Amino acid sequence: MKTPKHSLPSRPRRRLLAGLLALPAVLALSTPSFAAPPTSEVNTSGLAVTEDTVKVGILHSITGTMAISEIGSVQAEKLAIEQINAQGGVLGRQIEYVQEDGASDWPTFAEKARKLLRQDDVAAIFGCWTSASRKAVLPVIEQFNGMLYYPTFYEGLEQSPNVIYTGQEATQQILAGIDWAVKEKGAKTFYLLGSDYIWPRTSNKIARIHIEKKGLKVVGEEYYPLGHTQFNSVINKIKLRKPDVIFASVVGGSNVAFYKQMKAAGVDLTEEDPLLLTISVTEDEIRGIGGENVEGVYASMKYFQSLDNLNNKEFVAAFKERWGDDMVIGDVTQAAYLGPWLWKAAVEKAGSFDVDKIREASPGIEFKKAPEGYVRIHENHHLWSKTRIGVAQTNGQYKVVHETKDLMEPDPFPEGYK
Amino acid sequence: MKTNSPLQWLTSREGIYYLLLALLLLVVLPLTLDAFRLNMVGKYLTYAFAAIGLVMCWGKAGILSLGQGVFFGLGGYCMAMFLKLEASTPEATSNQSTPGIPDFMDWNQITELPGFWQPFHSFSFTLIAVIAVPVLLAFIIGVAMFKRRVGGVYFAIITQAIAAILTILIIGQQGLTGGVNGITDLQTLMGWNIRTDAAKTTLYFVCVGLLFVSLLVARQVQNAKLGRILVAMRDQETRVRFSGYDVASFKVFVFCLAAGLAGIGGALFTLQVGFMSPSFVGIVPSIEMVVFCALGGRYSLLGGVYGALLVNAAKSGFSESFPELWPYAMGALFIGVVLAFPNGLAGLYERYIMPLEKRLPVIGKYLDKDSPEPQAPPVVSDQLSAEKS
Repeated sequence: MKTPKHSLPSRPRRRLLAGLLALPAVLALSTPSFAAPPTSEVNTSGLAVTEDTVKVGILHSITGTMAISEIGSVQAEKLAIEQINAQGGVLGRQIEYVQEDGASDWPTFAEKARKLLRQDDVAAIFGCWTSASRKAVLPVIEQFNGMLYYPTFYEGLEQSPNVIYTGQEATQQILAGIDWAVKEKGAKTFYLLGSDYIWPRTSNKIARIHIEKKGLKVVGEEYYPLGHTQFNSVINKIKLRKPDVIFASVVGGSNVAFYKQMKAAGVDLTEEDPLLLTISVTEDEIRGIGGENVEGVYASMKYFQSLDNLNNKEFVAAFKERWGDDMVIGDVTQAAYLGPWLWKAAVEKAGSFDVDKIREASPGIEFKKAPEGYVRIHENHHLWSKTRIGVAQTNGQYKVVHETKDLMEPDPFPEGYK
Repeated sequence: MKTNSPLQWLTSREGIYYLLLALLLLVVLPLTLDAFRLNMVGKYLTYAFAAIGLVMCWGKAGILSLGQGVFFGLGGYCMAMFLKLEASTPEATSNQSTPGIPDFMDWNQITELPGFWQPFHSFSFTLIAVIAVPVLLAFIIGVAMFKRRVGGVYFAIITQAIAAILTILIIGQQGLTGGVNGITDLQTLMGWNIRTDAAKTTLYFVCVGLLFVSLLVARQVQNAKLGRILVAMRDQETRVRFSGYDVASFKVFVFCLAAGLAGIGGALFTLQVGFMSPSFVGIVPSIEMVVFCALGGRYSLLGGVYGALLVNAAKSGFSESFPELWPYAMGALFIGVVLAFPNGLAGLYERYIMPLEKRLPVIGKYLDKDSPEPQAPPVVSDQLSAEKS
């Protein structure tokens, strides 16, 4: 990574409009260079910012059942922070991080978020993974006016002024995926299958409405508890009803059982009869399921490790150099990597670490060096991003077969899909 | 030990222990900790309610329950339902398909508030439910088990199974319960914002106050004839039965008492932490509560309180200092305590510190004038034989 081309030039006019800084500060900051402005100007809200450092928090589970999923995000965030520091930091300050362990336990997440904001006075938090952990942290972040960069693709129905959602919300993933299956594969009937919690339920609600709007048919919809491992009955039902597409949002360890049992039941997914389209299996999950069991599975998400562009090649190389050659990078890991960069861009645009000013500066922030290509923050704090369809290979990687032409607009409260 | 007036009791050895705890919780900690840390102590203290219940149930009466999280969780959920209804006014939820119901119901396509939520509009009903719901469940379990003379390990396993069942039920019925996310974003209690520092501090003192009430109630039970029967039951159940006592009813009583205490703890937890989720109901928190009790000393009410405080403080402390290694530190602490001091901190205190006190010039003589309350059976071999029976 070389010099940041994405850092925006100063915009004195916007700052004047903000009207929050004292006049002398505005004049001082309106010079184009950002060479370490004094702390009193960039931090009026008591954050942990000194003349040469700024403190941020990393809050993920590194112990417990979620650790296997969240460690990739921690690694990506640390990598981004190290790269930013190597380029001279943010507003001339090196980023220091305080890492806390959410321990796969939602109240612990809330406690640690509180600690990061109250004791450590961090300027931003990069963290959370499951919706449950985000829901637990959200009231704390809002109460103490923190800024959270949340990396996971999720169900939407939320738009907090204190969160930047760097993963996709449900419609971005689902609409593009179903449109592709209908257009390219001529799908007419769908079977919706998911783990039993809010994300799959909301996703399938959106999927069902979208399918039915097209005059097509949903022939089955089923949910299984988290950690469920017996999928034989649903596999039989699928065989009986012969849907064109199985739309799957099964998460975590259940995936291992599901795909192995599909294979054992003689369903060869490479024949695409039925075709399996998932929104939940990233490269990280394939490591657990085994590439041979998911060969032929299509996934609809915004990032695959195999994306062929210069940004991504640099990112993958840097990630492997930092964390080891056997690492794989999934959708969420990449989204986590965006967090520190988007924060840096917002801080530089705002000329301040203050959360209120970052919030105001965030919409419109773009990151051209994103591994996924290009992203921009929407007014609603989600990202504009492209959605890709990939097909899983035995080596555990996806081959990209389709990419939306335009950036998908994030729409956390989709009208007509409620 | 006979005490006639409260004043006399307060100046006795036992009274001084209580005063010291009160001094610590009401004066020392509030003066030395900032609002954030004090709120954390408040959270730890809510577990102390469950620990006191376990001291009564397990330490005194010999009934090991691995399902106290169920009662803690039920109390917490009752309070959370009330707070959630208060937060879900039609104005606050106007962007939902059905305004006026909790947000998670709307996400699950529920269009009408379910019947069992209705009474939680009332605060007085909620206050009663916080205790009554756990007690009722404990009563049903207790009658079903103890009347059939199911006890010991079998009882422990069944309570653990109930913890697992309730967790699955709550997660599965997410439209009614909030599922795995739990009931979140609770803000006000009858219009009073419970998220401010001042409110948290107030809640801390409410929590300490109720903790002492609970301690005194438990102590009253322990010192009454009832308490003697419980201990007798632990040590020689058949003999108590043959003496004409209805053992099962006493067991049901003490199990309900423990459940009620855990329920109060759960409700205070919800108030201080601002949400409730199935992760407080399951097997892990239930076993953690047993650990608090074991570490503090399961024969001592105050030991339970110190156990809950210490284990939780260690958990926060370790995990802040060594985010990647803290579970090992906690594991080492538990194994160490169980191996070295089977009677927990209270046992440690009686064995090593008490003899030293006597050597102190003034205090020693003062404390010596009343004989110490025997907290634990004196000899270890006695306990073992008691547990086998």
